[in-house]
Amino acid sequence: MRSLIDVTELSTSELELLVKTALDIIDNPEKYAEMCHGKKLATLFFEPSTRTRLSFEAAMYELGGNVLSVTDAAASSASKGESVADTAKVVSCYADIIAMRHPKEGAAFVAAKNADVPVINAGDGGHCHPTQTLADLLTIYRNKGRFDSLTVGLCGDLKFGRTVHSLINALSRYANMKFVLISPEELKLPRYVKTQSIKQKGIPYEQTTSLEEALPNLDVLYMTRVQRERFFNEEDYLRLKDSYILTPDKMKLAKPDLCVMHPLPRVNEISVAVDKDPRAKYFEQVSNGKYMRMALILMLLGVIGE
Amino acid sequence: MNIDSIKNGVVIDHIMAGKGMQLYDLLNLDSLDASVAIIKNVQSKRLGKKDIIKIDADINLDTDVIGYVDPEATVNVIKNGELVEKKSINLPKTLTNVIKCRNPRCITSTEQELDQVFNLVDEKNKIYRCIYCETQA
Ligand SMILES: [Zn+2]
Repeated sequence: MRSLIDVTELSTSELELLVKTALDIIDNPEKYAEMCHGKKLATLFFEPSTRTRLSFEAAMYELGGNVLSVTDAAASSASKGESVADTAKVVSCYADIIAMRHPKEGAAFVAAKNADVPVINAGDGGHCHPTQTLADLLTIYRNKGRFDSLTVGLCGDLKFGRTVHSLINALSRYANMKFVLISPEELKLPRYVKTQSIKQKGIPYEQTTSLEEALPNLDVLYMTRVQRERFFNEEDYLRLKDSYILTPDKMKLAKPDLCVMHPLPRVNEISVAVDKDPRAKYFEQVSNGKYMRMALILMLLGVIGE
Repeated sequence: MNIDSIKNGVVIDHIMAGKGMQLYDLLNLDSLDASVAIIKNVQSKRLGKKDIIKIDADINLDTDVIGYVDPEATVNVIKNGELVEKKSINLPKTLTNVIKCRNPRCITSTEQELDQVFNLVDEKNKIYRCIYCETQA
C-alpha cells in the first residue's frame, strides 16, 4: 500500500506512467469511466480549498467511483480532540483511498502512516502539494511534448511559493534544463531550494528582477501571486507589483510557443486580456490537474502500474 | 563526590569545549538522582580544550544523544574503579524524542503525542530534518 506525500517520491518512470495514463484518459475517457466502480474516495479537508476538493471529487466520479466528502474535518474531529492518526484510521474503515488537506505541515505523512488505505496529500500547509505539481507537469508535457531541454521561467513569489519549489525539484531530474528565476529581491528563491536541486545537479540558472528581460528566452513561464503581506511596507509592494504583471504588451516579447502557467487563483498578476492569447495555459492546467488526479488514484489503487 | 575517582559510573570524555552543558540537558541528567560533575575547558592534548561529564551512577546513557551532540566524544564505563568498557559513539541516523521541531506550523506542534523524529540527511554537514515537515534541526 502506497501513499503520496511529496511529488519527488515518484520515480521518473512512475511520473511518465501517470502522464501517459492522463493523456490516454483525455483521448479515451470512456475506457476509464468504470475503472473505479465500487471504490470510494474520502476527501478529508481540515481547511477549505474548494477547487482542490472539487478536482479530486470530479476525478473520482469520472472513474466511476464514489466520493465521501468531509469538508469540515476540523470541526468534526479536531475540535473533539481527535488526532490526525485516529481520524485516518477511522476514515480507512469507510474509504478505499483518502485525499487529505490540513493546515499543518507533515499532517498527511502522519495520516499515511496510520491509515490502512492510500493517502494523497492534497496540501499540508506550506509544505507539499504534489497533485498541483502533477497538474503543472502534465501542462508542460501537453504543450512541449517533453520535460527535458526546456528554459523555464518562474516569476513572482519564489520565496514562499511551495508550488514553485516543488516544480523546480521535479524538473531538476531532467536533462538540459535551464531555470530563470524572476522575482523582486525580497522574494528570491531560498538558498536551500537552490542547493538541493539546481546547484547539486549543476543546472544552469539565471536570477533577474526583470520579467521583460527574461521573457524572450523562455519556453515555459510559471507565474505566481505576489502577495501584499509578504512585503514590509506598502510602498515596496506598490513599487514592485506592476513589474510582475503579465500583460499583452509583455507577451509580444515572448516566443510564439511560450506556455504560460499559473497555479490559480490569480489576483492581478496576469491581466485578463492575456486569457485570449493561445499561449495562456492556466485554465487548461486546471483540467490537467483532474486528469493527473485520476491517473494517480488509478496508480495508488493498483489499477495501473506495477 | 570525588570527581577524579568514580567507583561505579560513566565518564563522557573528549566533549568539544562548550558542548558539555547541552549534552547534560539533552541526556536529562538534571533529573538524575546521583552526583554529576560537568568539567569545562579542561586542557586536552587532542582538542586543546574539552569538556568532561562524570556521572556517579551505573546508568545506561542514550549514545544517540551523545553522538548527536558530539560524535567525537568517548564514553567510559567504570565498575569498581576500573575502566570496563569504552562505548563507540557514532552520528545517529535517526533521533527520536531528543530534540523538538521548531517549526510552529509542524503537525508536532499541535499533536503532542507524536514522537519527535529527525533523520540525518547530510552526514558531512551534520544536518537533521524533521520527518514530518522537513524543517532543519
Ligand atoms: Zn517538524
